[in-house]
Amino acid sequence: MKFSFSEEQEEFRSFLRRFLEEKSPTTEVRRLMATDAGWEKEQWQKVNTELGLTAIAIPEEYGGQGFGLSEQCIVLEEMGRFLLCAPYFSSAVLTANAILYGASEEYKKKYLPEIASGDLTASLAFTEETGAWDISSMSMCATKNKNTYRLTGIKSFVLDGHMSDLIIVLAKVDDNSGSQRLALFSVDSTAVGLTKNLLNSTDQTRKLAKLTFTDVEATCISSDDVTEAMHKTFLKSCIGLSNEMVGGAERLREDTLEYVKMRMQFGRSIASFQVTKHKATDMLADVELAKSAAYYAAAAFDDGESDIAATASIAKASASEAYMQTAINAVQMHGGIGFTWDNDTHLWFKRAKSSEVFLGTADFHRELMMQSWDQ
Amino acid sequence: MSINEEQVRNEVREWLKENWSPNLDLVEWRLKLADSGWGMANWPAEWYGRDLPVSLVPAIEEEFSKIGALTIPKSGIRMLAAATILNHGSDMHKEKFLKRIITGEDVWCQLFSEPGSGSDLAGATTKAVMVGNKWVVNGQKVWTTSAHKAHWGLLLARTDMDETKHRGLSYFIIDMNQPGVETQPLMQMNGHASFNQVFLTDAEVMPDFQVAELGDGWQVATTTLMHERRAADSLRSWGQASKGDGPIYDQERVETETTMQPYKWYPQRAGRVDLIMDRAKETDAIKDPAIRQEIAKLMTLHKSAEWTARRARAAQEQGKPQGPEGSLGKLAASNVARAAAKVHTLISGADAMLTGEDSPMDGIIAEILVSFPASSIAGGTDEIQKNIISERVLNMPKETRFDADKPFKDIPRNTVS
Repeated sequence: MKFSFSEEQEEFRSFLRRFLEEKSPTTEVRRLMATDAGWEKEQWQKVNTELGLTAIAIPEEYGGQGFGLSEQCIVLEEMGRFLLCAPYFSSAVLTANAILYGASEEYKKKYLPEIASGDLTASLAFTEETGAWDISSMSMCATKNKNTYRLTGIKSFVLDGHMSDLIIVLAKVDDNSGSQRLALFSVDSTAVGLTKNLLNSTDQTRKLAKLTFTDVEATCISSDDVTEAMHKTFLKSCIGLSNEMVGGAERLREDTLEYVKMRMQFGRSIASFQVTKHKATDMLADVELAKSAAYYAAAAFDDGESDIAATASIAKASASEAYMQTAINAVQMHGGIGFTWDNDTHLWFKRAKSSEVFLGTADFHRELMMQSWDQ
Repeated sequence: MSINEEQVRNEVREWLKENWSPNLDLVEWRLKLADSGWGMANWPAEWYGRDLPVSLVPAIEEEFSKIGALTIPKSGIRMLAAATILNHGSDMHKEKFLKRIITGEDVWCQLFSEPGSGSDLAGATTKAVMVGNKWVVNGQKVWTTSAHKAHWGLLLARTDMDETKHRGLSYFIIDMNQPGVETQPLMQMNGHASFNQVFLTDAEVMPDFQVAELGDGWQVATTTLMHERRAADSLRSWGQASKGDGPIYDQERVETETTMQPYKWYPQRAGRVDLIMDRAKETDAIKDPAIRQEIAKLMTLHKSAEWTARRARAAQEQGKPQGPEGSLGKLAASNVARAAAKVHTLISGADAMLTGEDSPMDGIIAEILVSFPASSIAGGTDEIQKNIISERVLNMPKETRFDADKPFKDIPRNTVS
């Protein structure tokens, strides 16, 4: 279903929307974003247990509900709409997929059920200080010492990395034939030699950490080279993020429309000015087109379409441009009040900015598109 | 639904077995379709139809195409005329015009737009005045497809200057073959002349060729325009004549070619996104990082517009209420056309300055570069489109009107008439 949702999906969405509307008002977002953790364990577990959100896209054999990316994208879209402060994208999207596609059976069985139940939070440490998203550009190397591995180096821009119970690290390792392969390692968050620094992120609703590894003991959880697995994880995460982004963009568009209809200047509603009406229509077009791309990409992934790399990049490029442009318009249309801290617009503006960059800017994804078409 | 699709399919198959032959003359065949009602099955049974729901028409057409039998082309101005006459015309109009519309013997044109009223169609100033027992018409119409070949015109004219703008208009069917009607081709900036200007100088209309009541012209024109919008959506599939060997196919091919002639540049007007990747590869522009970005931007817009249209269609097919995505197609198409023209320019480099056989692809690229502006004007400008979407979809306040409650003669208007 690339172009419409089933009745069950629509029902799930409206249920979720009502639920999150109550659980994640902006007062709550503001309270949590001001904390170092960024979320509260007890509260999140309550929500997650009731709705089974972390389990949704994990296969049943690993303790999940076995739904597709499309269903998970409904969750993400609604979370984006309400800026829910929870370790969801880090655990249930980035890390769960890296384990699902890259880890050996033993570790899938070990970690996925715990991530599905929400008992275990996990972060995927792949990006380094250069901030490059390209899997092949990673430089960290693991060294083997008898039967254990040791990690030294820095991973940065790690989503929720300062708080997660488990860190899954992408690093190179020498294989027996003398060449290198990419592998996944699990590191306990309390491991000796691991320093976790919370970075000052502009978007306080999305916490990023710098993890410094100094001869940290690690367990290799993959048996083959994980380049392909990480590529798949990356695509899936881009599609997931795109759906989260269009949820935020739509909320921002709707709130802005409501505001201009209410705001009076020069003795008339500012929504009656043609320049406002045309801008509101442009915003509608931006958001709806980005939604179409995000929805299509999720369904195309579930259908196993061959052109999925380009499609994922279309979705991410489209969402990056649309969300940021919507946010810029939203502040502009609110006028002075839109530039104040008390007004909620900046919460989404900053999420738009962090999401525009996270997993690659529009330019980066446009180049990826071209590479997949120009072969 | 009480009428069973399978039952209708059986009936069509039976009827086709008895009646279809590729050796028939085209008009002869269409007469059979008119008399049996299978040509326009959703029309009323008393007027060449079978009273069938429009939802069954695709099934009927499928039965036709299975054996290569020709159907009635469902687009073209003459079908707008038919829809208007069926809705608002008198029995005399239906008797006189409908059959020859089905056979295709009569060509029709639409005389709505004027040099002084484009987006504001209801501001028409072409006047019809009753002189003796006839209407006498004076004024100028523009953007009229096929006017030079038309037998009949659908005319919107002002019959009362003291009435308000919309109430002062009436609707007529005008005989195009008379001394008072002069047509001239209108050359466009891309060199094509797909449309005409029509000069009406003391042209005459018989009183019983008025459609609906005096002053109802705007309401009737709205019916025509509604069908025009639908027809525009199906223009692409309509352009293809049926494949087959035999005189009847040849006749239809000639007819289709003539009808489609004015629309030859329409693919170029939409920007020809389909040519972009091949052109970029053959010119090596694909190696230029800046152009790669522009190509990818265009493809992102193009794909997401296409998927948005598919979302709208899926909602429609499932009988869901139209969401906001359904109103964005035309605007998105303008944006795609503009972006595509820009990218074609970047790809072609200096060659983008050339036209005709000196231009890439024997002039196709040049034609794109001077045709795309029509996308954001024809059939409702982007600006009008944004007004409509903001008012109907986003429920924003309507534009303040300065022309609603006063006599038309007191409303400021263009001096061109």
